[in-house]
Amino acid sequence: MNKTVDPTELQVVDDGPLYAARKKVYPQSVSGTFRRIKWGLMAFCLGVYYLLPFVRWNRGLGAPSQAVLVDLPNSRFYFFFIELWPQEVYYFTGLLIVAALTLFLMNAVGGRIWCGYLCPQTVWTDLFYAVERWVEGDRRERMRKDAAKETIKLRRVGEIVLKHSIWLMIAWWTGGAWVLYFTDAPTLVMQLLIFQAPMIAYIWIGILTATTYVFAGWMREQVCVYMCPWPRIQAALTDEWALNVTYKYDRGEQRTSLKKANELRALGEPVGDCIDCYQCVAVCPTGIDIRNGPQLDCIQCGLCIDACDAVMTKIGRETRLIGYDNDINIHRRQEGKPPIYRIVRPRTITYAAMIAAVGAIMLYALLTRTLLDINVLHDRNPVAVKLADGSIRNAYTVRLLNKRGFDRVIAIDMDGPVNATLHVVGADSVTKDRPMIILARDTTTELRLLVTAPAENNPAKSIPVHFHVTDIGLGEVASATDHFVSP
Amino acid sequence: MTEHSDIDRVSGRATTGHEWDGIKELNTPLPRWWVITFYTTILWSIGYWIVYPAWPLLWSHTTGIWNYSTRAEVATELANLGKVRGDKMVALGAAPLAEIAKDPALLALARASGKTVFGDNCAPCHGSGGAGAKGYPNLNDDEWLWGGSLDQIMQTIQFGARSGHAKAHESAMLAFGKEGVLKKDQIVTVANHVRSLSGLPTSSGYDAAGGAKIFADNCTSCHGDNGKGNQELGAPDLTDTIWLYGSDEATLVETISNGRAGVMPAWVGRLDPSTIKALTVYVHSLGGGK
Repeated sequence: MNKTVDPTELQVVDDGPLYAARKKVYPQSVSGTFRRIKWGLMAFCLGVYYLLPFVRWNRGLGAPSQAVLVDLPNSRFYFFFIELWPQEVYYFTGLLIVAALTLFLMNAVGGRIWCGYLCPQTVWTDLFYAVERWVEGDRRERMRKDAAKETIKLRRVGEIVLKHSIWLMIAWWTGGAWVLYFTDAPTLVMQLLIFQAPMIAYIWIGILTATTYVFAGWMREQVCVYMCPWPRIQAALTDEWALNVTYKYDRGEQRTSLKKANELRALGEPVGDCIDCYQCVAVCPTGIDIRNGPQLDCIQCGLCIDACDAVMTKIGRETRLIGYDNDINIHRRQEGKPPIYRIVRPRTITYAAMIAAVGAIMLYALLTRTLLDINVLHDRNPVAVKLADGSIRNAYTVRLLNKRGFDRVIAIDMDGPVNATLHVVGADSVTKDRPMIILARDTTTELRLLVTAPAENNPAKSIPVHFHVTDIGLGEVASATDHFVSP
Repeated sequence: MTEHSDIDRVSGRATTGHEWDGIKELNTPLPRWWVITFYTTILWSIGYWIVYPAWPLLWSHTTGIWNYSTRAEVATELANLGKVRGDKMVALGAAPLAEIAKDPALLALARASGKTVFGDNCAPCHGSGGAGAKGYPNLNDDEWLWGGSLDQIMQTIQFGARSGHAKAHESAMLAFGKEGVLKKDQIVTVANHVRSLSGLPTSSGYDAAGGAKIFADNCTSCHGDNGKGNQELGAPDLTDTIWLYGSDEATLVETISNGRAGVMPAWVGRLDPSTIKALTVYVHSLGGGK
């Protein structure tokens, strides 16, 4: 037998399990200013999401009449008066930059406004909690029902089935509204009602039903705490002036019950305003204690402010023991100085200026974008052709873009080699030296252009050639430059 | 599973019983879920043998009860593609050539389809862009041996030149030297005359009057009195700047001595009529079409 180590000599360090099990959160219902703001914003956000596909916008005959539409088969994006082609997708880059900067600005002014009030995860989770509360009762009742697992009665089973049915219904309509943005909404609603919708619609509704149901019904605050990158980024972007939901510890410590506080006060010991009632914890949708200070799990929805205000009012103390504030003001109050709020400061000015600049650039790009465009591609093989009489001909593939909603007549002019002539293959124009073409609305037209030049006048190996297309009716002009090559 | 009573003292786990220089291997069995999955895949594969082609036999293989075949799938997909293309190609086949060239939609279809067919069938000789090579005409220019109208181009594509098809273009350049019609010095003289027709320099001391005489006696029957050529006979214009084989004296002497008879295959029967139509319109639209 070989020598082995005596187990008792080994030092075993047990840090516990690598993953902590989730503690289910049972947020309590609450009413107050921030709850009202949240209800209002929830109604607004969901209203926009569900109703926007039904808003109509007249674009003339043959064009879709939906105000907001992502037309994937035809590669068009419609937003009210704007129509974007695939090559203009870079506008979305600008939109994303503005969105990111707006997020930064909101963060610099009032912390995680996005997380607490506007984020889809928050809005839908809030809605799902409301359903749960309505079906199963408030915090204590839900905790009791979940704990009493061994006595499952028919009524309880009914509650669970009802809750999940409503959740799934909401989730289904979340996906149902999503697909409406990709095709004519009223038509698709009719198709869905008679089960004649295209398969892809059902697939996407299925996907979004699943994500909504799982994210808002089951994962809830875990999405914010473990999955979302914004809490990490937000923590890096915040500064000492940003207003965050804060427990104002300048109003005294220690925290104890009303009765005990009186006894302690009589003994001359320091006592704070907080009576340790845990209402702020009870209402918190992420199940944290705001009194521990700013923390990653806090989505700053303001519900603890409402809960605390209600208690403070009841016991006759000043409200806003929890409120939008920052450490600077807490320290100032501790030193007896009045609080100062600096919404306008270099950081917010910079963000606002950047938003304005990017917005202005986007607006400029949108207003000055061309609705008539020309792209020229020189033939590669052969680059140049010698004709029987010795003149040289170059051929070009020309793509014309008509982004307007109507057909129009354009004239093609060419400015290049001396005495060169222009011919459009397949077009018998009445004006021989200035070919005219009809461009179909909202599409591209490909033409083959032949430029022929007598060799003796054009000895250079390569001469620039400019093509101009002019809308005869509107006077719009688009130009492109290529080269005329001699063999 | 085998029972091992040998328990490792440090970890408290069973060992495999094997020992190497005092080191023992802990027994770490596969997780149950893994083993179940493994056996399930084996069971699943038996299902595959039954429904799909699986086992090789001596001269064939088992076909499976679903009669699945990748070849059949390809055939189905090709048939579906044919159906999708069908309507448009039928419209192309029905329209007269002149109409196709004037209808933007049909022209675009013919050009797109013609370009593909050209790349598959014509590019080996004429080049991917139809630029040609020595002995293979450039289809982009305006010089045509057998005519550059839509009908003439289609005629040439259908039946070819010297292809052996009954309707093919047949006439060829005679081998004046080989056949003993002209002597070597006469050939050099007439070659210089031919160069002079298109304004190319001639070699010093060549007999201009003699050259013109030889040309008038031997060449005008096909190439015409003034050398302008004749598309009925596929005789090229000798006065322009385009030369199929080359315009230098040596090449001309070779051409006159040995003759020329380039071959273009007949495509009728190899390509269907609407494809030939598309090809015709494409070649015509390269730029040289008359």
